Amino acid sequence: MNNVLLRLRNISVKFDDETILDDVSLEICDKEFVTLLGPSGCGKTTTLRIIGGFVSPDKGEVWFENGLLNDVPAHKRPVNTIFQKYALFPNLNVYENVAFGLRVKKTPESEIKKTVHDMLSMVNLLGFERRDISTLSGGQQQRVAIARALAVKPRLLLLDEPLGALDLKLRKDMQVELKNIQKRLGITFIYVTHDQEEALSMSDRVVVMNNGVIQQIGTPEDIYNEPENAFVADFIGESNIVDGVMLEDYKAQFSGHTFECLDKGYAPKEQVDVVVRPEDVDIVPVEQGMLKGTVTSVTFKGVHFEIIVDIGGFKWMVQTTDYQPVGANIGLFIEPDAIHIMKKSEYSGMYGDYSSFSEDFDKLSDAEEGSDNA
Amino acid sequence: MKKSGKLLNAIYVVIVLLFLYSPIALLIYRSFDFGSNDVFAAYKEFFRNDVAKSALKNTMVIAVISSCIATVIGTAAAVGISKYKNRKFKQAVMLVTNIPMTSPDIVMAISLVLLFGIVFAIFGVSDYLGFTSLLIAHITFEIPYVILSVLPKINQMDVNLPQAAQDLGCTPFKAFFKVELPAISTGVWTGFFMAFTLSIDDFVISRITAGSYTTLPLLIYSAARKKVPDYIYALSAIIFVVVLVLLIIKNVISSRDTNKKRSVGRAK
Amino acid sequence: MRKNSRGILQKLISAPYLIWSVIFVILPLFMVIYYTFTDADGYFTLKNLATLGSTENINVLAISLAIALIATVVCLIVGFPLAYIVTKMKSGGQTVIMLLLMLPMWMNFVIRTNAIYVLTEAMGISETFTAAIMGMVYNFLPFMVLPIYSVMAKLDKHLFEAAHDLGCTKLQSIFKVLIPLSMPGVVSGITMVFVPSVSTFYISEKLGGGMFMTVGDKIDDSFMLYTDYNVGSAFSFVLLILIIISMAIMSKFTSDEDEGGVLL
Repeated sequence: MNNVLLRLRNISVKFDDETILDDVSLEICDKEFVTLLGPSGCGKTTTLRIIGGFVSPDKGEVWFENGLLNDVPAHKRPVNTIFQKYALFPNLNVYENVAFGLRVKKTPESEIKKTVHDMLSMVNLLGFERRDISTLSGGQQQRVAIARALAVKPRLLLLDEPLGALDLKLRKDMQVELKNIQKRLGITFIYVTHDQEEALSMSDRVVVMNNGVIQQIGTPEDIYNEPENAFVADFIGESNIVDGVMLEDYKAQFSGHTFECLDKGYAPKEQVDVVVRPEDVDIVPVEQGMLKGTVTSVTFKGVHFEIIVDIGGFKWMVQTTDYQPVGANIGLFIEPDAIHIMKKSEYSGMYGDYSSFSEDFDKLSDAEEGSDNA
Repeated sequence: MKKSGKLLNAIYVVIVLLFLYSPIALLIYRSFDFGSNDVFAAYKEFFRNDVAKSALKNTMVIAVISSCIATVIGTAAAVGISKYKNRKFKQAVMLVTNIPMTSPDIVMAISLVLLFGIVFAIFGVSDYLGFTSLLIAHITFEIPYVILSVLPKINQMDVNLPQAAQDLGCTPFKAFFKVELPAISTGVWTGFFMAFTLSIDDFVISRITAGSYTTLPLLIYSAARKKVPDYIYALSAIIFVVVLVLLIIKNVISSRDTNKKRSVGRAK
Repeated sequence: MRKNSRGILQKLISAPYLIWSVIFVILPLFMVIYYTFTDADGYFTLKNLATLGSTENINVLAISLAIALIATVVCLIVGFPLAYIVTKMKSGGQTVIMLLLMLPMWMNFVIRTNAIYVLTEAMGISETFTAAIMGMVYNFLPFMVLPIYSVMAKLDKHLFEAAHDLGCTKLQSIFKVLIPLSMPGVVSGITMVFVPSVSTFYISEKLGGGMFMTVGDKIDDSFMLYTDYNVGSAFSFVLLILIIISMAIMSKFTSDEDEGGVLL
């Protein structure tokens, strides 16, 4: 795992004076599954295209093992890409699409035949060899794209929102399939997505990006449990983020109550952001609550209820299996290990309050993101 | 109510088509000499007529050469234009592209004659109108049609297509010929087809720029000025039938193509 | 750095066309302007333009405009409903009808005009103003139908359902939805009919029996008959100005950005 395959050093890119990437450095190990995660326009796709050789950085270096890639043109790089809308060649059938890279390399016909067969069998498309690309469904096209990229046996595969065009069920299946392929072939994957669930469930490590800057690099567990700032906490899952003060090690004060926590190493009385995940809050009778508030909305979500609780004007989200009616006065209980303390950042105060929260609104912005190919 | 509406619509379409086709029908009728014992006299006259045959040959020569050159220059231009980042420059180029299409043929023709006059005067050539000037004029008015039929295809094309080819090991040059060109080929063929037919069809520009070089439209024009000779009717009938057959073939092929694709799509 | 050099290389492929356009499109237009404002010896003069002010030439301009306007209006009146009817047919029928509409266009312009001459002869109206208009409509009707059809065919059918849903009668939905949304097609149709009909020279001469001269005839004569390039250029110059003005007026009706959406 500690054998570094790809190394980005201080990469910066500007398009027409607009900063796309700002001093991005990243190391990716051999056989690793790394996901670049962030909202559209965060620079994740540009990062991928720099590695693929389709964008030249204004500053910085791209190293592959011990070779500098900056001046190597795309067609000579040991990496391959699965493009957003697959970019299958419409003039060629399935077989010829998969064989394309091999033919360019003047591979003997017998070997091409074998490789194409292996690839198509791997993606469950045997029997589709002579089919026209235009007659395939989205999922089938996706599989052809995978087979085509893997046929040339890349060391490193770049995937640019490869499942973005598929419907939910198919996407879940393909996530599992992709992960299996990656493990079986032992290829390094760099995967770009704006879907946090996808990132968490597939990756060895996740790189969270925003505004061209890496916000956090870590395992899915790290990213979820120990977000580094309010942006990461909010982007990955649901979070209540409140202002707080570290009174001393293991003691944080927020929402008018002093809590025990597991964090230390802050200056006394340091202003901090406090993250509490909605599923980590317990509902208790008012008198037993560390915090007290009024329920302002209840939504049934299947496995749990999503309750918005007004605590001194700040709206908390709580996920619970106990139904509470709107208007009920309830107490909240928070265990020490449910509290995560973050240093103040540029994102402090921007996220984590559910005052303006609305399901529809959330879905709307999701859809916008999905249709955006930035 | 709905039925009668449909009937009215159908009648309307039929009347317009009658208007369009009755002259052609009359023309074909007149090409046959029903009065005499040789019904095909006019047709035989055409094939005996050397002037007519050479005009036919000239028309084809100009059409083939000009449409090939226009297709190459136009396709290359469209590929280049699609890569322009500067919006202003792109708009300016598209404006210039629209000039030959929107300015009257006759104005374009005389403007070229004026240019040729100056340029050839510099080289001391006095008889400057002929094959070359005609060819240049045809290429000039054909290129915009090629560009405008290729550009939409490039815009429709997945922008990642050439990159995908490079990603798999093609040089940018090779990627263009292996992937990009096939992807826009329908646009290129449409452009070529349009350029070719426009060239064959052109009368106004040819009349001004051709000098003594005679193409079919020019021959028909000079012959039809007085009393239209019968062999012109025969020639018109032949051209009509040839065009009709070509169009039918082209459409049968393309509809078969889409049918095939559709049925395969359903089969899955 | 490399990004830029590659970009330039890709753009360079359009260089032959740019050079060609400058030499054979832009330069010739300047030649027209030059000849318009100079005399046979190359000295500056307004004499050529002044020639156009004679009663005879004013008449020519007026008649050209009148013929072109009437032909354009007739084409629009005939073509708009036709395009609409075609879009309502089954897709197979649409292809056939559009093909039938285009077919005469593949025939030579001179042959076409002779064909309509034969018809006007048979109808007993040969060599009249009506015959000339008929010839124009015959030649240019497809140029009107085609762009309107291609815009209409792309309209979302649900738009009309939505209009009905919101209480429009059939007629109202035509005026409130169909016509406004078809405007880009109508505008390019009008341009595509007006420009060739205002400048054509054979149709009116042949079908009108040489009773009225058009600008096209004048330009043709001054180049082919009198070799008076300066007056011919002046006529062309005025014709271009006329067309630019009318296109500027037309562009007021649409704010379309799509280049050449008119094409097949």
